[in-house]
Amino acid sequence: MKKILTVFIISIIYQLFPLNVSAGSDGALEIKNQTKEQSAEVKDCFETVNRGIFAFNQGLDKIFFKPIAKGYRYLPKPIRSGTSNALSNLSNVVTIPNNILQGQIKEAGINTLRFSINTTLGIAGIFDVASYYGLNKLDKEDYGQTLGTWGVKEGCYFVLPVLGPTTVRDSLGSMINFSGGDAWYNVTISNNTKYFENSDYYYSRLTAGVDFRAKNLEAFDSLEKNSLDLYASVRSLYLQDRNRKIKNLDETTITMNDDDWEEIDSQ
Amino acid sequence: MIKIKTFFYFFLVIFIINSSYAKEPGTLITEIVNEASKILSSSDPVESKIIKLNNIAETNVDIAGIGMYTLGKYRKNLTESEKIKYNKLFTSYFLKNFSSRLVDYSDPKIYVVSEKKINDKYTIVSTVLEETSKNPEIKIDWRIYTKNPERPLIRDLIVEGLSLARTQKEEFKSILQNNNNDISYLFKSLEEFIIK
Repeated sequence: MKKILTVFIISIIYQLFPLNVSAGSDGALEIKNQTKEQSAEVKDCFETVNRGIFAFNQGLDKIFFKPIAKGYRYLPKPIRSGTSNALSNLSNVVTIPNNILQGQIKEAGINTLRFSINTTLGIAGIFDVASYYGLNKLDKEDYGQTLGTWGVKEGCYFVLPVLGPTTVRDSLGSMINFSGGDAWYNVTISNNTKYFENSDYYYSRLTAGVDFRAKNLEAFDSLEKNSLDLYASVRSLYLQDRNRKIKNLDETTITMNDDDWEEIDSQ
Repeated sequence: MIKIKTFFYFFLVIFIINSSYAKEPGTLITEIVNEASKILSSSDPVESKIIKLNNIAETNVDIAGIGMYTLGKYRKNLTESEKIKYNKLFTSYFLKNFSSRLVDYSDPKIYVVSEKKINDKYTIVSTVLEETSKNPEIKIDWRIYTKNPERPLIRDLIVEGLSLARTQKEEFKSILQNNNNDISYLFKSLEEFIIK
């Protein structure tokens, strides 16, 4: 068992920190070419299994998440906004440490102020009072993104039952949440406090999922209706989204690899 | 003779005005969005709306260019006849995809926020799709090919930072990779989508 675990860990490390230079080759050229190639290539190491899990998740979505999300849409807008605000406020307990780890000190300060104001004056984050004071909402950050900014490669793409698309790097990021990196997880599940129950954590995660699904009902339907290969579309969108978040590409929008456009232009 | 000369100069002036008029990418998007919005909010039957929307796309989108980009490295292995067949299928696929995505919106409100020239060939026009009771506000960036400034063409839509052209390219690549790189499978998938 220990041996299997060791092999598994080594294979993950090998994936995350690939050795770009091979003996006897022009190292610089090799690195350049491989980096270019890697940015365009998707490492879907277990595609057959992933497609099976994806189909299972699709089924689960049809019978469970989608109907609930549709029902959630019938709730009055102030209730939906309040729920969304509260969940967003809660996510600051992961965003703030990641701001610091990524060297975003100003953002960490703003998010800390936002969290303090919204948790107190905004009644557990239901009202976004901080925005009235000019402290506008910033992008969320997580440990997967932090690992990405530190240069850790994404590794294999895979699909988890219920939770959906992820990569080796993002899964490691999630594991940090469960190892003390998420204060909300710590006060609800890790530590026995008289204020919170384990169920509070699970309810909040479930509600976040439903809230996200409700916000994207039409977008998902459209994607499903217009895709030739829905699995490949979702994979592409997930990886693009993660890459954008890691590079904080909100302002500069570029299609990541322009090589093909250049070739078409010169033809 | 004077009349003929007057007509000649009149048409010459008109020609010069038209040919020297370079449309700004931001203006192009505003015009397209307004036109599409007018069509979508009209009481026309859906079929008529689709025809009109497709006309907008055929005039303002570089469908052939997107088709070639979407095919990636596989385009180099195509024979001339396969290229012709692919272009035809891709155009039909693109137009069906385009209109069916748009026709769900009754009256989309899109505003141009800014435009940024990346280089001589490309300008990114940033727009915002206004929040509705169902959907949150969505940022949409349009990648405009401006090599010919008199006829700027749309080459990509980047929705909340996600490129549609790139997504489509990876989708096509996946179909080909899972079918021994046989282009006929892609043709079959496109045909099935078109007749669906």
